[in-house]
Amino acid sequence: MSYSVTEPSARQKWIAGILVALYAVITILPLVWIIATGFKTPSDSIAYPPKVVFQPTLEGYVNLFTTRTRQTPEYMAEHPPQTWAERIVAKYDMTIVGPSRFGARFLNSVIIGFGSTFLSVFLGTLAAYAFSRFKVPLKDDLMFFILSTRMMPPIAVAIPIFLMYRTLGLSDTHLGMILLYTAVNLSLSVWLLKGFIDEIPVEYEEAALIDGYTRFQAFRKVVLPQAATGIASTAIFCLIFAWNEYAFAVLLTSGEAQTAPPFIPTIIGVGGQDWPAVAAGATLFLLPVMVFTILLRKHLLRGITFGAVRK
Amino acid sequence: MTNPALGRLAKATPPGLAHRLRGLSDRTIAWIFVAPTIFLLLAINIFPLIWTIRLSFTNFRVNRPNEAVKWVGLQNYSRILNDADIWATMTNTAHFLFWTLFFQILIGFALAWLINRKFKGNDLWTTIIVLPMMLSPAVVGNFWTFLYQPQIGLFNYAVAFVTGADPASFSMIADVRLAPWALIIVDTWMWTPFVMLICLAGLRSIPESIYEAAECDRASPWRQFWTLTIPMVLPFLMLAVLFRGIENFKMFDLVVQLTGGGPGDTTLLTSINLKREAFEKWRTGYASAYAVILFVTIYGLASIYVKALNRVKQR
Repeated sequence: MSYSVTEPSARQKWIAGILVALYAVITILPLVWIIATGFKTPSDSIAYPPKVVFQPTLEGYVNLFTTRTRQTPEYMAEHPPQTWAERIVAKYDMTIVGPSRFGARFLNSVIIGFGSTFLSVFLGTLAAYAFSRFKVPLKDDLMFFILSTRMMPPIAVAIPIFLMYRTLGLSDTHLGMILLYTAVNLSLSVWLLKGFIDEIPVEYEEAALIDGYTRFQAFRKVVLPQAATGIASTAIFCLIFAWNEYAFAVLLTSGEAQTAPPFIPTIIGVGGQDWPAVAAGATLFLLPVMVFTILLRKHLLRGITFGAVRK
Repeated sequence: MTNPALGRLAKATPPGLAHRLRGLSDRTIAWIFVAPTIFLLLAINIFPLIWTIRLSFTNFRVNRPNEAVKWVGLQNYSRILNDADIWATMTNTAHFLFWTLFFQILIGFALAWLINRKFKGNDLWTTIIVLPMMLSPAVVGNFWTFLYQPQIGLFNYAVAFVTGADPASFSMIADVRLAPWALIIVDTWMWTPFVMLICLAGLRSIPESIYEAAECDRASPWRQFWTLTIPMVLPFLMLAVLFRGIENFKMFDLVVQLTGGGPGDTTLLTSINLKREAFEKWRTGYASAYAVILFVTIYGLASIYVKALNRVKQR
C-alpha cells in the first residue's frame, strides 16, 4: 500500500475503535434491558441492585397475552393447572380467563402499517415517476408543497381530522388510519422514490418506446423492475413510520383500530405497571424494526433525510 | 414486478378503451399519476389546515355542539400571544430544542469523526449505534420511565455507580430541576445517530486530495480541522439541524410517555400543551389558533433557515 497522509495511524484507529465501541455498548444497553426485563419475574424486574443474572421465565409474555383473575386456594387445589402457561400464573393463585387485547392491538398495527405502506408506495411511485420524467407544471412548487405537509405538527391538523372523521364515520376505523398514515407518508415516498427513479437512465425507456412500447408499458416493464430496490426500501421506511406513529393513534383511536404504541404503555399489572409484560410487548413490537434497520443500513441515511443526502 | 390487479383490469377493459388508455399522451399520464397524491394531500392535510384556520377565528368547542358558534376575530390570537403560560411552554420548547441540538451535534459529529478513522469493524458498531433512532418513541419513552425509577432504575443505578450518589436520592422525572434533562437525555440517546450518519456522509464527501494539498502547505492538523473539515461538513451539519429542529419543535410522543408535561408544567412542550387545550379542555377555537401559530412559526423558521443553508452550500 502506498503511503497516504490521510490514512490514520494504527494507534489512532485503535483509540477511535475503542471509543466508538464504548458508545455503542452504552447506547444499546437500554434496548438489551428491555429484552432482558421481558424474561424476568415482576419481583426480579424491580430488584435492587438491578439483576443482570436471573432465572429467565415466560411470565411476562404470559401476562402480556392473557387476562387473569385471582382465585381462592381451595379453587386452585380443585382445579390444578393444565398448560405450562397456567402453571406459571398458578404460582400467584391465578387462573387464565381469556386472551388480553394485545394480540388485537398488534394485529391492528400490522393491518394499518401494511395497508398504508402499500397505498403510499403505490401512489408515491406514480407521482415520483411523473415528477421525474414529465414536464409537470409548477413541478418545484408541487414538490415543495408535498414536503411541507410533513412540517405540520400532527396535533395541529388533528382537530379538524377528528371532526371530519367523526362526520364521515372514519374515526377509530382501520380505513381512516390507513388513509391518514398514507397521507403523512406520501411526502417521504414521493421524495425518496423520485431520487431513486432519477437515477435510472432515461435511455432505457426511450429504447423501449422506440421498440413500440407505450409509455405505460415502458413504466411497468422497464422502470418498475429497475426501481425495485428503491421501492422496497421506501416501503420499509413507510412501514416503520406507520408502525411507530403515536400522536394520531392516541387521539383518533380508542378501541377497534387502536395500534400497539398507545396500548403498550397502558398494560397494568397488580399494583402498578407490570414491567415484564410491558417489556415483553415492547420487545415483540421493537424487534421487527431492529431487523429492518439492520437490513436497510445502506439506505438508512437516504431514507431519514428524504433523499437529501445520498451516499 | 407485475400487479395482478392491473392485469385483471387490463383484461376486463374493452380493446378500444385499452388502446386509448395505453396510448395516452405523456401529459395526461403525468396528471393521472400525480392527481391521486395531490388529492389525498389536499383532503387530509390542506383541507384540515384551512378548517383549523377557520376555527381559529371562532369560539367553537367540540364538547358543546349545540352552542352557537361566534365569530371572535383575532381574539384567540391576542389571548394566546399575551398568555404567560403559553410563553412558558415556548421557553420549555426552546430549552429542549437548544440542548438536544447542542448535544446531538457535539456527540454525533465526534462519533462520525471517530468512525471516519476507518478502524476495523466500524460498520458493525455503526449499525448498533443507529438502532435507537428507528424505534417507536412512545414505546421506548415509556420504558425509560422504568430506567429512571429511583433506586431500582438502571439509569439511577448507573449514575450511582459512577458518582457514588445514593440511587434512591434523585428522581429524574419527578424532580422539577431534573425532568427537562430527563427528556434531553432520552432524545439525545435516540437521535444522536441521525446527526452522526449525516456528518459521516459529509466527512466521506471530502476529497482526500484537499488534505494532501494542505499537508504539502504544512498546515497543522488543528488548522486542517478548522479550515477544511468543519467548513466542508457545515452544509451537512446544517441539514441535520434543520431535520432535528423541525422534529423536536413538534416533539410529542416521547415526552407524553416520559413525563406527560410534568412535574408541574416544567416539561410542558408546545405540542403537549396544544393537545391539552384541544383534547382535554376542548377549547377548539383557541387551540386552533394556537396550532396555526405553531405551524407558522415552524414554517417561517424553516424557510429562513433553508435560505441560509443554500447560501452556505453555494459558498
